[in-house]
Amino acid sequence: MMLTALIIIPVLCGLLGWAFGRGTSSFSRWITLLGNVINLVIVALLWAGVGLSGAAGSAWLSEVNVPWIPGLGISFTLGLDGLSLTMLALTAFLGIASVLASWTGIRDRVRFFHFNLSLVLAGVNGVFLALDLFLFAFFWELMLVPMYFLIDIWGHENRHRAAMKFFLFTQIGGLLMLVAIIVLAVIHGMATGSLSFDYRDLIGTQLSPVMGMLLMLGFFVAFAVKLPVFPLHTWLPDAHTEAPTAGSVVLAGLLLKTGGYGFIRFVIPLFPAVSRAFAPVALGLAVAGIIYGGFMAFGQKDMKRLVAYTSVSHLGFVLLGVYAFNSLALTGAVLQMVSHGISTGALFILVGALQDRIHTRDLDRMGGLWKQAPRMGTAAMVLAMALVGLPGLLNFVSEFLVLLGAWQVNMLLSILAGLGLVVATIYALRMIQLSFHGSPRETWKVPDLSARETAVLFVMIAALVVLGMFPQPLLRTVESVVAGVLAAAGGGA
Amino acid sequence: MSARDIVVLLPLIIVAAVSIGVLFIRRNAPAAVVTLIGFLAALAATFAAWPLAPRQIGGLLVFDRFVFFGISLVLAASVFVTASSWAYLRGHADGRGEYYFLLLLASLGSAVLAAAAHFATFFLGLELLSVSLYTLIAWRRERGAGAEAGIKYLVLAGATSAFLLFGMALLYAVSGSMDIGRIAAGAAGGTSPAEAIMAAVGLGMILVGLGFKLAVVPFHLWAPDVYDGAPAPVAGYIATVSKGAVAVLLVRLFIPAGAESFIAPSGASTAFPWTFTIIAGASMFVGNLLALREDNVKRILAYSSISHLGYLLVAFMAGGTQAVQAVSFYLVTYFATTLVAFAVVAALSTPDHEADHIEHYNGLAARSPWLTGVFTASLLSLAGLPLTAGFVGKFIIMKAGAGAQLWALIIILAVNGTISIFYYLRIVSAMFRGKAAAAPASTRQPVAVALVLAVLTLIVVTLGVYPQPMLSFISLFAPVGQ
Repeated sequence: MMLTALIIIPVLCGLLGWAFGRGTSSFSRWITLLGNVINLVIVALLWAGVGLSGAAGSAWLSEVNVPWIPGLGISFTLGLDGLSLTMLALTAFLGIASVLASWTGIRDRVRFFHFNLSLVLAGVNGVFLALDLFLFAFFWELMLVPMYFLIDIWGHENRHRAAMKFFLFTQIGGLLMLVAIIVLAVIHGMATGSLSFDYRDLIGTQLSPVMGMLLMLGFFVAFAVKLPVFPLHTWLPDAHTEAPTAGSVVLAGLLLKTGGYGFIRFVIPLFPAVSRAFAPVALGLAVAGIIYGGFMAFGQKDMKRLVAYTSVSHLGFVLLGVYAFNSLALTGAVLQMVSHGISTGALFILVGALQDRIHTRDLDRMGGLWKQAPRMGTAAMVLAMALVGLPGLLNFVSEFLVLLGAWQVNMLLSILAGLGLVVATIYALRMIQLSFHGSPRETWKVPDLSARETAVLFVMIAALVVLGMFPQPLLRTVESVVAGVLAAAGGGA
Repeated sequence: MSARDIVVLLPLIIVAAVSIGVLFIRRNAPAAVVTLIGFLAALAATFAAWPLAPRQIGGLLVFDRFVFFGISLVLAASVFVTASSWAYLRGHADGRGEYYFLLLLASLGSAVLAAAAHFATFFLGLELLSVSLYTLIAWRRERGAGAEAGIKYLVLAGATSAFLLFGMALLYAVSGSMDIGRIAAGAAGGTSPAEAIMAAVGLGMILVGLGFKLAVVPFHLWAPDVYDGAPAPVAGYIATVSKGAVAVLLVRLFIPAGAESFIAPSGASTAFPWTFTIIAGASMFVGNLLALREDNVKRILAYSSISHLGYLLVAFMAGGTQAVQAVSFYLVTYFATTLVAFAVVAALSTPDHEADHIEHYNGLAARSPWLTGVFTASLLSLAGLPLTAGFVGKFIIMKAGAGAQLWALIIILAVNGTISIFYYLRIVSAMFRGKAAAAPASTRQPVAVALVLAVLTLIVVTLGVYPQPMLSFISLFAPVGQ
């Protein structure tokens, strides 16, 4: 029941805010915030309920199972394990952050904005919980439309183009995945005589190598577009740059994570053998993304676009960790999703706050802002260090684990990925130099962060530091999931 | 003819009787109300006759569950089109009785077409439908586009009717039968190679006639012009009722009882699957690609419906029971969704000013949030996104296609699903763009239109969220047999 509530509460809050928020703009903000807080409490309760260990042994800590479309073997099945729990916590956390981040920035159609934001979060929660593949595809596509609206209505200059590009890229992936899901279920249905879309039924379906590879690619493309994996990333810089702050936070912090989640939850367990066969390609793409994203970030003048390209680079580590097939790297990949979600989310909030003040994202027109806005500068500095992967922050833990795991598989790739971190140092420092250091190039009047913005950024940075110092609870939560996925994939250290 | 036969025929009788009655009414509102009551009564009669299926009447008409389903679909869609037409024709000076008379006749023709068991009723139904549409399409004859559309449809429909008749003659020459059930079961197989070729050519010519009505590629050229020139409610009628009735007949002609895979009812069984595959694939691509650069909303909807019929053919190609069921489900989703779209266009239009350009929709969200919401739901359903009927419909087509291993077609379907997003979202984006531009002041809708939109949108959303009741209902259908 609590799992269903996680999806229903945001929808309900969005509707309530829309229905009763007429006239005052703050009602829908408050109720959306309230919904996210309730969700965070629910996640905390779930976490406390299962204990921090999550070591129950059985795969699913909690689940809901209601027949939905029995005629097609589809049921409303939600399940929770350590991985879902981690992702749900991240969703609720970033949900709160994104509402607060757009508290003053959004003035137009406030109710509709929060309705869409709530709907995206509901869809993301659904993706992290669905155990029925039809339901998964349902939520997967459900989060697209409100996200499209967020970019298309409240975005910046080139928003229409960016929103369309985002939608088309994600849709082609989503539809290929839908085809793969249906074919998988039909093959399973022919073999067993009963049609089912349940994840646990479909695991272990016997497939010919060719069919297995094709179906795996159907899933892979969908998740690779979202993550994004190197050649399929081109929608990302546009969408992130043009989206409003909350949109960027949700996009970078959560929607990209649905891709990584999909790899771990679906691609590896459903197609273990072909995934192993495909691993060299995936690892190559991962390293290519890490380095390419880093160099592109270095070349950007638009600060938001710079941050967007760092996502391409950092999420390459997730792919690297997943396809290394060992527990160090896979754990690192999960942690990387969390650390990237928080740190990039915070960076987008910061860039958004800066843009609200000086109405440009052009790094060449900034400079010397530290004097006027020291708190903003400090936050930017810490977050830049997170991009670099400085010890003491969660980013360090996750990237270190991934590199360590990858080293055992392929030293060359690990070294190349490590080079990506060197590039990260260059672009992160360049970003700080051009914006906050040096002498002012134009006379900006920049008020420092407000109390609300300071609080949001402080909590996010604190989370990075605390989890970076004490990653143990997080490690133990995902421990059993990592072991389970690797066991499904057939061994591995 | 027994009492039971009369009951089964009652829906057709009611529609025919009301059509005569409505000719004597000279004002818009009463004529619309009488027509509405007529359609609703016929719909009720269809449900009353439901338990009597299957029943054959004089070798001319056959009524089984699938046919009754087709007839209810035709009648229900007619109800919505009538209500929409009433609002559209308000304040327009033309004689109204005739409009509704023609609408009733067209629906009668569609119902006969769906139930046809014999070439005679097949042709009769088709011509009744076509002839009524000639006039309805050209209703706004003071506009050049209206008259042009009417003429275009007249000429092309006439030409394809000739094909159809010649095809029927060839099949009769080979098989000695004009019975659709027997033709479908392979009576026209022929014994010699020459006869097989004649049968194949005959069937191909019938396909030309049906393909024209369905507006599938390469018989689609009339669609954009006719949709554009016709009054918006009539365009909605052409997109749904006329195509739906033909689709029902197509299924009955090509998917015989007892067959669990796709077979053509003649010796030329290898050629026909290929023909349909090419028609389906080409319809999807041509419809969607031509819509990309179009700025006229009615033409966009015309291209969109070309591609949707392509999707429908994928379900049809799956063959056997699953094809009948998938086609039925998709027809329901397509009907509801398309009717919403055209009802919105009609609601924003008057006979003097058609709301057809995409710029007309700029800022609609600010002027009329409800119409925007309804139109958005419809467009998202056409695009096949979740929470709407379109998503489930697309899913069921893909499942049928996967079951029959039509790999190429379902991949084409997925690619086209993505292409189509572009132009549907363009309209959605326009509605939310900017402030109200130069647009008609009032967007308040009469109760009838609001009701039509509300009911249809409810159907679209319900089918998207909880399709099980409809699936259970449709699982009663099987390929036609006597």
